[in-house]
Amino acid sequence: MPIITYRDALNQALREEMQRDDRVFLMGEEVGVYQGAYKVSKGMLQEFGEMRVVDTPITELGFAGVGVGAAMVGLRPIIEFMTWNFALLALDQVVNSAAKMLSMSGGQYPMAMVFRGPNGAALQLSAQHSQAWESWLAHIPGLKVVAPGTPYDAKGLLKSAIRDDNPVIVLEGEMLYNTKGEVPENEEVVVPLGQAEVKREGADVSFITWGKMVLVAQQAAEQLAKENIAAEIIDLRTLNPMDADAIASSVSKTNRAVVLEEGWSVAGFGAHVADFVQRECFDDLDAPVLRVHQEDVPMPYAKNLERAAKPDAKKAVAAAKKVLYLEN
Amino acid sequence: MPQKKSSEQNGASGSIDAAARGDAALRRDLLREMLLIRRFEERCAEAYAIGKIGGFCHLYIGQEGVGVGAISSLREDDYVIASYREHGQALARGISPRAVMAELFGRVDGCSKGKGGSMHLFDRNVNFLGGHGIVGGHLPIATGVGFAIKYRGGDQVCVCFFGEAAVNNGAFHEALNMAALWKLPVIYLIENNRYGMGTALERASAINDIAERACSYDMPSEVVDGQDVLAVRAATMRALQRARSESIPTLLEVRTYRFMGHSMSDAVSGTYRSKEELEEHMKRDPIVVLRMTMEQEDGWTDADTSKLDEEVKAVVQDAWDFADASPEPPLEALYEDVFVDTTS
Repeated sequence: MPIITYRDALNQALREEMQRDDRVFLMGEEVGVYQGAYKVSKGMLQEFGEMRVVDTPITELGFAGVGVGAAMVGLRPIIEFMTWNFALLALDQVVNSAAKMLSMSGGQYPMAMVFRGPNGAALQLSAQHSQAWESWLAHIPGLKVVAPGTPYDAKGLLKSAIRDDNPVIVLEGEMLYNTKGEVPENEEVVVPLGQAEVKREGADVSFITWGKMVLVAQQAAEQLAKENIAAEIIDLRTLNPMDADAIASSVSKTNRAVVLEEGWSVAGFGAHVADFVQRECFDDLDAPVLRVHQEDVPMPYAKNLERAAKPDAKKAVAAAKKVLYLEN
Repeated sequence: MPQKKSSEQNGASGSIDAAARGDAALRRDLLREMLLIRRFEERCAEAYAIGKIGGFCHLYIGQEGVGVGAISSLREDDYVIASYREHGQALARGISPRAVMAELFGRVDGCSKGKGGSMHLFDRNVNFLGGHGIVGGHLPIATGVGFAIKYRGGDQVCVCFFGEAAVNNGAFHEALNMAALWKLPVIYLIENNRYGMGTALERASAINDIAERACSYDMPSEVVDGQDVLAVRAATMRALQRARSESIPTLLEVRTYRFMGHSMSDAVSGTYRSKEELEEHMKRDPIVVLRMTMEQEDGWTDADTSKLDEEVKAVVQDAWDFADASPEPPLEALYEDVFVDTTS
């Protein structure tokens, strides 16, 4: 099976879906002539032309709204944000228009569209360019939210997102674009929205996570394995709707849960997971649910401070040992 | 004041003006539509006072010439999108008074099934793409509708109604810049009623002739007398011609005045505008302006007006009765229409 990058997996998904449905188009900053700020759309302008691969001015609110309008009358826009940090300027369109249009029109205007781009911190980009938005977005009724952590899931979830008749948020990762993984060549790769996957089986503790933190969970699980602790990794893949059964099933086996998330702790999505686990898995739990997250500070620039602020495998290992009562 | 009237210079103005003025039958239809909106809105105020309509409710009284003039110039396959002061445009576009009133009453037979209310009237059957509640929020959406028309190679036009206060908002700039850059068939129609809630235009905009803002986008623009429904029609038709034949967007500054408060919770006059100012503007009631034209040109009489008035009052009463009899949405509807369960 071919091993490709997360970036190329997304590129394949975009191209396959645009070949499949001529209502689908890609719009955003630098997606065309520049070939994508992160080269996700490389070659697409040449393949599909400038009506379907549309370079925009730096006008996030505006082009997000253009996507909404096009979706209202039957096109299927893919709106690329160069990063989700810039999408903050467009949240009125994402939240007030895309998420609510179906409901406030009494079901008349479904919004089949995708908002996608890199989410979370990269390296030394400091405060304004390093933040994870999933807690904000998963909070909104009417939005589906996916956060693929592997090339396979990136391709499969993006394809499902494009085919879905609802607005879907796709949270990619700058640090994920170069990661590699197996993606089959001659078969359709589609990952249904709302389905978690057990990325690693284990009986001692459940890591519940998504997106880039799947890699951190894998590192932590490797370290724990050396100490004969078997960690299970539940990759939610989709945050809204969340696969509650997958979480419950894992916790019923391990009796211990650690939620790993890239964002801040206050009102973070991990709190939503922890709420579910304490409520629905109470009798299974042998320890309180712990959360590993970014420190509650704006991301600092200095390397050492940035490292200290980020959730990492070391913190995940410590949390796992704590719920196993191996460490304080 | 500098104005661009590109089509007026190409010899089309005569035929457009004639089409805009129409004949006696057309003028009667325009008067009827404006009267219907006026009576409808008056009953909305009454319904609001007795609690049948809740929330925010922004009436269109005084501005009827704008919505009726512009929308009467459109084709069925064109698109209309509006702000939250959109009862008038919704009726003018052809959403039934029953469905609009039922929506305002929060009933299941409303045009948005009771989920939208006064600020979110929608009707897919007549390409009415909503009332939108965030100032400026629907302007980029209109640009997107224009983009979709061009994407498909159609010759429809999207008309986007908004108040003059929205021009100070970033969405206005972003939407118009892209529409001009990409040459999209959109008419951005400013309903300049002089006040953004209680803040006068002069206290909010660095330039007061806001049609001049079109210069920033090299976009044709025009200042229009919004109290003259025939003038609004003519200007809209010129913009439609540019949009259909050349895919060029237009900014129309239609000057009008609202005779009521900003919303039902706002006094008609007082803190930010005087009674004298209001009364001065009410002398140019769009219904009266058209009626006077009809009296001069069509032999229209007071008796004709009374008859028409009775007719539309009956329509509004029917809408009220229908809305009042319509049930509240069933509780099962609470979780409906949050997501659709389909894929393509």
